Amino acid sequence: MKKLMLGNAAVARGAYEAGVTVVASYPGTPSTEITENIVKYDEIYAEWSPNEKVAGEVAIGASIGGARAMSCMKHVGLNVMADPVFTASYTGVSGGLVLCVADDPGMHSSQNEQDSRHYAKAAKLLMLEPSDSSECKEFTKKAFKISEDFDTPVIIRLSTRVSHSQGLVDEKDRENYELKDYEKNSAKYVMMPGNAIKRHVVVEERTKKEIEFAETTDLNTTEINSDKIGVITSGISYMYAKEALGDRVSYLKLGMVYPLPEKLIKDFCEKHEKVYIIEELDPFIEEHCKALGLDVIGKEKFTMLGEYTPALIKKAIFDEDSNEFATIDEQIPIRPPVMCAGCPHRATFYVLKKLGLVVSGDIGCYTLGAAAPLASVDSTICMGASVSAALGMAKARGNEFNKKLVSVIGDSTFIHSGITGLIDIVYNKGNNTVIILDNSITGMTGHQDNPTTGFTIRKEPTKQVDLELLAKAVGIERVVVADPFDLKNFERIVKEETQADEPSVIIAQRPCALLKTVKYTGHCKIGPECKNCRMCMKLGCPAISVKDDKVVIDETQCNGCGLCINVCPFGAIHKED
Amino acid sequence: MTKNIMIVGVGGQGTLLASRILGNTVIGEGYDVKLSEVHGMSQRGGSVVTYVKYGDKVYSPIIGQGEADIILAFEILEAYRAMPYLKKGGVIIANSQKIDPMPVITGAMKYPEDIENKISSKVDLVEVDALSLAEKAGNIKSVNVVLIGVMAKNTDIPYEKWVETIKKTVPEKFLDANLKAFDYGYNL
Ligand SMILES: Cc1ncc(C[n+]2csc(CCOP(=O)(O)OP(=O)(O)O)c2C)c(N)n1
Ligand code: SF4
Repeated sequence: MKKLMLGNAAVARGAYEAGVTVVASYPGTPSTEITENIVKYDEIYAEWSPNEKVAGEVAIGASIGGARAMSCMKHVGLNVMADPVFTASYTGVSGGLVLCVADDPGMHSSQNEQDSRHYAKAAKLLMLEPSDSSECKEFTKKAFKISEDFDTPVIIRLSTRVSHSQGLVDEKDRENYELKDYEKNSAKYVMMPGNAIKRHVVVEERTKKEIEFAETTDLNTTEINSDKIGVITSGISYMYAKEALGDRVSYLKLGMVYPLPEKLIKDFCEKHEKVYIIEELDPFIEEHCKALGLDVIGKEKFTMLGEYTPALIKKAIFDEDSNEFATIDEQIPIRPPVMCAGCPHRATFYVLKKLGLVVSGDIGCYTLGAAAPLASVDSTICMGASVSAALGMAKARGNEFNKKLVSVIGDSTFIHSGITGLIDIVYNKGNNTVIILDNSITGMTGHQDNPTTGFTIRKEPTKQVDLELLAKAVGIERVVVADPFDLKNFERIVKEETQADEPSVIIAQRPCALLKTVKYTGHCKIGPECKNCRMCMKLGCPAISVKDDKVVIDETQCNGCGLCINVCPFGAIHKED
Repeated sequence: MTKNIMIVGVGGQGTLLASRILGNTVIGEGYDVKLSEVHGMSQRGGSVVTYVKYGDKVYSPIIGQGEADIILAFEILEAYRAMPYLKKGGVIIANSQKIDPMPVITGAMKYPEDIENKISSKVDLVEVDALSLAEKAGNIKSVNVVLIGVMAKNTDIPYEKWVETIKKTVPEKFLDANLKAFDYGYNL
């Protein structure tokens, strides 16, 4: 029977059916559930790696070792993995190697909207792009075979709407994949110039063969319905186009988006008076067509920004409006994401805001510390940048500025790429203060374990990285561990450490409020002592709001963490069962 | 024809479970189904939107303005926000609960007044005090199942099919309260 499955779960199923035995990934929305679903299959070794580069290298090693292997990441994760990926393109594979990368058009949970297809072209790697859950499974399975047939890593490009939509999937049995024999082959796997020069020749030959494959593979499909209008599309855009345009137009659906076919596209264009290219983000297919001298219509009609919709496509091609709808005749408040009630980060930002510090921020739940009312984060670029960018700021503006500057970085992010920045601070004589927000989990992406939590992806106990010892080992002498909920003490420590003429690390330790091990009880309630000073409102807790000009705590939202009790100057907030 | 159902609410309210119960009930009926969820940032107390579409063949997993047959809202401001997505002749089923969003908490904006009338002056609105019904059923977390009950009544899928999925989806120890919650909604 067919099963309703998330696109990401279907990718995992495809990998399982293809006989994969090693999967190494770093979490990142919208890719995370692929690896989380892999864990359901006992036959597969799975790990959360410290970052994408490591994850990619583990998968590459497994492939050289003769196994079918996979690594999954969000689009910006591929930036981190790019180094090994470009060279793995030269070495090729032994066991099939598949890299899944999930783009996020519309930036539902990302810091940019980059288009991963450029990586396929730049690294000369074959790329597939499924349109729904069923294709997620089928394409993943095929990707492993293609990887071995062409001796290349294969990238599967996903996007938020494919990864996070559920559709019907047919489950099949697992293929019995035999581990390939290990043979030393330094000409293929040792990429020093003498060997790499020869491998580059192989890569160019391979790409030619892949183009031939693109002309005939059933991954690319044509559906002729009209001689007037043809649409060339791929991924989720195909589904939008199909819904918007039905059989009033013809389709060339590209399941393989790199390398692109030439003859297939030319023939399709010849058969139609007008051809539109419908692709979210960059004009990747369009530029290929234009380079072939084809007269196609793309970004002059379609935006490079955000997600498409069937309505947008219908309007652009047939100038037809979508359904009528009721309008809202006033401005209504938006509902942005907020730190949870009970979030440990809230206390840290409350103190940083109170001290008026410049905060070099990073990526995680604590990025929400940039939003009102805490509004204390000054910059967020990419994972790890909080530490190294703060060193740059301090070098640019001097030591006095540095005394008003801190970096904030989560535990997972610190291991991912904060540690190298910290080493830079020590090595190059910085005086920065780095606050590690140790909430004992990778919160933002839905609570994955990481090297600081003491558990593997399968929840098996393992060695735990000791952040305190780690900071000391790289040469930080001032390392303080403190609970941010103890506001007075925490404030004192931040003041002291920022003033010190030495680099320092403050480990703000309190677990994420959503962890099962965290057991806050009861609810907070505001008593008659309240003088309506609204200090507690400065916390930006979703449970505390003003009703009829009085501060109230919403019982359905409060989890009893008690932080507001510590903030109230009149002792007006009490805990109730 | 596909049937388009949009489920909206505030991160943490259990909209995802509701859409999965809906999705799994519909496949049992032999339809093609697509369900679109957004994970990540939106879980943290932000607006959450999921789409469920079913019919002979479903292509796009998303629902556009003027396309939803039913909007199931877990919070009344979210119902209002989603109103433009309702198809002519569609219905909004909304929980009357109000949860202040951060711009209201910080005082930058006001929670709109009289939302119920603003919605019902334009489209069909069924308002439900799902929180009280969930409490009466014995578990205030079963708000989502109360609302599914109300929605179930607005589809052609038989009662037993819904109960069957709930039995499969909800953990044993919460089952009684959830089945009661479903009935309260269904029989409203
Ligand atoms: C290169 C890269 N990989 C992955 C992500 C996705 N991502 C954003 S924040 C984050 C981890 C956050 O965990 P942590 O630093 O522990 O902070 P928390 O959310 O727990 O507060 C991840 C994996 C990303 N933005 N960039
Ligand atoms: S998930 Fe945890 S760390 Fe993230 S906002 Fe919620 S309480 Fe804070």
